[in-house]
Amino acid sequence: MHRFFIVVQREYMERVSKKSFIISTLLMPLLMVALMVAPILIQKATTPETITIGVADTSGKIFPRLKSGESVKFVEMTDAPASSDRFCNDSIDGYLVITADILSKGASERIDLILNTTSNIQFESEVTSQINDAIETERLLEYNISNLPSILDNVRSDVSLNLIRTDKDDSDSMPTEFSAILGIIMSMLLYVFLLLYGIQVMQSIVEEKSNRVLEVIVSSIRPTQLLTGKIAGIGLVAITQILIWAVCLLILSVAVLPAIMSPDMLADVQAMQAGAQIADTADIELVGAIATVTNPAFIFQLFFWLIIFLVGGFLLYASLFAAVGSAVDNIQDASQLQTVIIMPIIVAMLSSMSVASAPDSGLVFWLSMIPFTSPMVMMARIPFGIPVWQTILSAILLYASIAGAVWCAAKIYRVGIFMYGKKPDIREIIRWISYK
Amino acid sequence: MNILEIKNVSKSYSGHQALSDISLNVPEGCVYGLLGPNGAGKTTLLRIINHITAPDTGSVTFNGHTLNAEDVNDIGYLPEERGLYKKMKVGDQALFFARLKGLSKAEATRRLHEWFTRFGIMDWWGKKVEELSKGMAQKVQFIITVLHQPRLLIFDEPFSGFDPINANLLKEEILRLRDNGSTIIFSTHNMESVEKVCDHITLIDRSHNILTGRVSDIRSEAGKGRLSLTFRGSDNGLIDALRPLVEPQSLHRSGTTDPEVTRIRMKMLPETSVSRIIDTANRLVDIDSFNRDLPSMNEIFIDAVNRHNLPLLPDSGDKQNSIN
Repeated sequence: MHRFFIVVQREYMERVSKKSFIISTLLMPLLMVALMVAPILIQKATTPETITIGVADTSGKIFPRLKSGESVKFVEMTDAPASSDRFCNDSIDGYLVITADILSKGASERIDLILNTTSNIQFESEVTSQINDAIETERLLEYNISNLPSILDNVRSDVSLNLIRTDKDDSDSMPTEFSAILGIIMSMLLYVFLLLYGIQVMQSIVEEKSNRVLEVIVSSIRPTQLLTGKIAGIGLVAITQILIWAVCLLILSVAVLPAIMSPDMLADVQAMQAGAQIADTADIELVGAIATVTNPAFIFQLFFWLIIFLVGGFLLYASLFAAVGSAVDNIQDASQLQTVIIMPIIVAMLSSMSVASAPDSGLVFWLSMIPFTSPMVMMARIPFGIPVWQTILSAILLYASIAGAVWCAAKIYRVGIFMYGKKPDIREIIRWISYK
Repeated sequence: MNILEIKNVSKSYSGHQALSDISLNVPEGCVYGLLGPNGAGKTTLLRIINHITAPDTGSVTFNGHTLNAEDVNDIGYLPEERGLYKKMKVGDQALFFARLKGLSKAEATRRLHEWFTRFGIMDWWGKKVEELSKGMAQKVQFIITVLHQPRLLIFDEPFSGFDPINANLLKEEILRLRDNGSTIIFSTHNMESVEKVCDHITLIDRSHNILTGRVSDIRSEAGKGRLSLTFRGSDNGLIDALRPLVEPQSLHRSGTTDPEVTRIRMKMLPETSVSRIIDTANRLVDIDSFNRDLPSMNEIFIDAVNRHNLPLLPDSGDKQNSIN
C-alpha cells in the first residue's frame, strides 16, 4: 500500500478507536440539544406563580367579564378592605377597586392596584387588557345593538404573517427564527470542529517532534507525504463524526419522530412536506420546523454544504496549525503562535451570530467570501436561503486558498521538524517557506 | 564491492558548514564505524544517507546507482534520539513502521512474531509504549529498525541506554546481521565498541574527514614502534638504560594491579630494534611480559582530533538545533 495511506490509516484508526472519540460523538449532540432546551426550561421554571386579586366591583359589570388564567386569578370582594386590615385575608395577594362610574370615565383612567407581592409584566398586561376588554364590551352594549355578541365574534381578527420569498425559487421557506437558530448551530459546530481538529493536527506534529519519532518516520516517508497523510487522517475522523450525526438525524426523522408525534401533527407535517397549505393550527411554527428538519432532502442538502465547508475550513486551518506545530518543540511554546490562528476563527464565530439580523449585509457577505471566515459565516447564512452562486463562489475561493496554505505549510514543516531549541518568531517561520 | 560510495559531499545550513567535502566508501558486508566528536557532522551525513536531506554538492551512490527515494526500503535507521508513539500499542506500532518500509501486513506480522519470540517479549505486543521502560522501548525500536531486512543498517549510538547484558545482546545481534549479509554503519563515541565490532572507520571532525581506513591498519600504523614491558621487583636502572633507545617523551612508567609488577611503555626510535630493548631489559630486570603496545581507538581518536584542530574543546557540540 502507498505510504501516504498507511499514515492516513494510522492517524484515523488511532483516533476513532479511542474512547474519547466515542464519548464525544455521543455527548456533542446531547450538549447541543441541552444548549437549545436549557433556555426554554429555565423560562418554564421561572414562570411566575398565579397572583390572586380581589376585585371590589361596585359597577357590577366588570367582574363577571374577568377570566382567571395562568398568571392571574380574580376573586370577588364585596367591599374594599379598610386600610387598617388591608391584608388580613391571606387568600388574596392584592386587590383593586372598580368604581360605579367606570364606564362613563375618559379613555385613560387610572385604577389603583394594591399588591403585597412582586408584580411582573405578564401579570400587569393581563389585568389591564382584561379590564380594557370588559370596559369596551360594556360600552358597546350601551349602544343597544342587536346581535352584538355575534357581530363582535365576526369582527375579531388575529393576523399572523406567512413569509413568501420572491427572490428565490425555493417555495418551502422556513420561519426566520428557525433559520437563525439553525445557522448558529451550524457555525457553532464548525467553530468547535475547526478548533478541536485543527489543534489535534498541531498536537500530533508537536508530539512526533518532541518524541523524536519523526526522525524514524522521515527515514521511510517524505515529510510532505507524512504531513498530508496526517491532515487527511484527522480530517476523515471529523467527517466520520459528522456522518454519524447525519445518520442519527435521518433515523430520528424517519423512524423516531413519527412514532412519538401526535397523529394530527404528523399529518400536518406530512402535508407541509408535500407542499400543501395546511389549516391554521396553534403550533404552525413548530410544525414548520419539524417538517423542515425531518425532510430527508433538506438534511442531505444541509449536510452536503456542511461537509464541503467543514472539510475546506479544516484543511485551511489544519495547514496553519501544522505550520505552528512544526515550528515549536512543545505544546507550551505553541500557545502564542496559535493565538494568531484562533483569532479569525473567533471573529467568524462572532459575525455568524449577527447574520440573523442581516443575512445579506455587505459585511456579512464579504466575511462569507474571505476564506478565513467563510466556512462559519457561510454556514450561518445558508439556512436563510441565499442565492446558490454565492455559496458556490465561497466554496471555490476557500478551496483555492487551501492549495496555497497546504503548500506553505509543507515548506515550513520540512524545515521546522528538524529545528530544535530556539523558538522561532513569525518572521523566521515565513522565511522558511523560501528555503530550498 | 562498495554498497555505499560518498563522493565530495558538502552541506551547509544557513551559514553553518555541517559537512565539507566528505568522501568515503562502505564495503558490502562490513561494520563501518562513523566516529567524531559531538557536532562534527555525523548526524547530517546519516540524514543524507537516509535520503532525509539532500547534499548541497557531491554524490551518494547506493548499491551501484544514485541514491533515490525507493532505496529507503533497503536501509534501516536507528537514530540517536529514539522515539516511538507513546500511546500506541507496541504491536500496532511495529506493524506501522514495517509497512512504511514496504512490508505487507502478513509478512510484517510473521517476522515480528519471530523477533518478539526470540527476544522473549511476546507479552509486550498489546502494551502501550508508555508502559515500557526505556530499555524495553529500545529493544522494540531495534526490532523495528532491522525488521525489513535492509541491506544497509545505520545505528546511531545503538548502545546508549542499554545495560551491559542487553548491550552485549545487541552487539551479538548486530554481528549476526552482518554475518547474514547486511552492511552496518555504526556511529558512536564508545571507542571500546568500535574496537570490538568495526572493520572500517571514518573519523569526522568539524565537518572534515580526518581519518579513514581499516581498524587493524589504523591501529598498527598508530602503534608502530610502541612497546609495553612489565617486570617484577626493582627497576635496577632500566629507565636510564632505555632512554637512549626510545623517544624520551614516550617513556612512561606505571603500576599494575599486582603491586610487585611495574609497567613501562615506550615508543622505540626507528634505528633501534626490538631485540636490543629485550636484551637491555633482560640484563637488568625480571621480565614478566613484553608485547607490542597497540593504542586503543580512544587514544587514536583523541590524538587525531587534537592534531586536526588544536585546542580541542572537550565538547564543542551545540545541539541547539539539527546542525550536528
